[in-house]
Amino acid sequence: MSAERTVYLDYSATTPVKQEVLDTMIPYFTENFGNPSSLYQQGLEAKLSLDHAREQVASLIGADPEEVIFTGGGSESDNWVLEGVAHKLKKQGRHIITSKIEHHAILHTCQYLQSLGFEITYLDVDQEGFVSPEDLEKAIRPDTILVSIMFVNNEIGTVEPIKELAAVAHKHGILFHTDAVQAVGNVKMDVHDLGIDFMSMSSHKIYGPKGEGGLYLRKGVRIPSFIHGGAQEGGRRAGTENLAGIVGFGKAAEVAEKNIDWHIKHCSELRDYLLDRITAEIPDVIVNGPHDHSLRHPGNANVTFRYIEGESILILLDQAGISVSTGSACSSKSLEPSHVLTAIGVDSTTIHGSIRFTVGDFTTKEDVDYAVDHLKEVVARLREISSMSRPE
Amino acid sequence: MQNLYNEKVMDHFLHPRNVGEIENPDGTGVYGSPVCGDMMQVQIKVDENDVITDCKFKTFGCGSAIASSSMATTMMIGHTVDEALELTNKTIIDELGGLPSQKIHCSVLAEHAIKLAIYDYAEKHGKHYKGLEGFDHEDKGDDLH
Repeated sequence: MSAERTVYLDYSATTPVKQEVLDTMIPYFTENFGNPSSLYQQGLEAKLSLDHAREQVASLIGADPEEVIFTGGGSESDNWVLEGVAHKLKKQGRHIITSKIEHHAILHTCQYLQSLGFEITYLDVDQEGFVSPEDLEKAIRPDTILVSIMFVNNEIGTVEPIKELAAVAHKHGILFHTDAVQAVGNVKMDVHDLGIDFMSMSSHKIYGPKGEGGLYLRKGVRIPSFIHGGAQEGGRRAGTENLAGIVGFGKAAEVAEKNIDWHIKHCSELRDYLLDRITAEIPDVIVNGPHDHSLRHPGNANVTFRYIEGESILILLDQAGISVSTGSACSSKSLEPSHVLTAIGVDSTTIHGSIRFTVGDFTTKEDVDYAVDHLKEVVARLREISSMSRPE
Repeated sequence: MQNLYNEKVMDHFLHPRNVGEIENPDGTGVYGSPVCGDMMQVQIKVDENDVITDCKFKTFGCGSAIASSSMATTMMIGHTVDEALELTNKTIIDELGGLPSQKIHCSVLAEHAIKLAIYDYAEKHGKHYKGLEGFDHEDKGDDLH
């Protein structure tokens, strides 16, 4: 079976590599294959390309180039900061504060640290997913060594008050990290103005290649290496650099910076159109996440369809060529529903019917119309089958 | 195109058999809960020879839950109650050509819903079936896991 159209609405999961990004990368597999650590021409040229990419990424986030370290992705950056700070400051304290709605790269690292004797406070969020600076203030203890709060939530798109949260941590002399995998390229930012110490980044969420990411490490802050070996990345992250990936990440960052106003406008208009049509044309739906769209990821929409289950919605949309994701337990190996939707208090009887749509740079109005037209059919069809009663 | 489930499961999910409700059913079973993510209702009609002449279902749940209920109804219609009681989650899975390991519980749900429908029928009609011995009719699958 083949669908008449392919409509990708899962840009928060990953993005396609843009053609100009790919074009920039290709020579680094063949002609420009040198090892940046080598001291002859090919190596020196590779090193220049690496430095250029570092400037491109730094420019997007308002950092100095030497504050950007390339890693193997957002998860590595998250693991590195948490484990690195825990290791470095364990004599000073063993308490870390994070939130209940973090990505698993943070939550599972925290669980690992708990197994090593660290104590973790998981802050509650409100119904729209916001972490409160007052709650953070109250959770701080004399032995707190790190606060890690995500910049933008991956499921419901909440943009956290990072500047305020970082200020609270710093008032108490505590280091502040943010997982900005969903924020970079989607939210305008200046890391110096935000006053944060660490920030995790990913390339494949901004139309760059997978397997590449970065860590912003504020000047003057030091943590032990996570990957030990050679002296790459100023001795902070060993391993021969994924040069093609880094060059791609750099180019993607440059394109993202150049396009950011258009990107935010394009995505938020299509997202609003999608939500307007869904709420107007499909009964019994609940929109999850921030109502104030200026505090929401520009492409993110998260909707609960009452009386039906998310994985079955997902599969039927897939049959029509439409790609989305769900917070339903049935879609997870653990059979637990989304921890984010649970944390914002989505009713346990409706939580399994939640779908995340994310539009991106290549999404068109026609795509949204096609998706909503099919969604209406799919929802009606599954409600016919459903054993959950609904008012007539 | 690649699918999460095999062709047979997809067929029963995309084209479920016997969806709906029976007017004046002889037995009704509901198993599971929306909180856990799946809930099935199975209804049966039984004739004087103890043959299940009709069986319908309604399911809230994922693709494999819908496919398991659909398959289960087709395996009941035309069979005696005793034969229907021999159905297990394993025979439903076999008939579906297999389910992913994390979806096995969907077939367990279907087996329980069938047995609850038959139990309801047996209670209302004063019948006793060997296949219901030891069956826990109090378990409605709605405990929070």
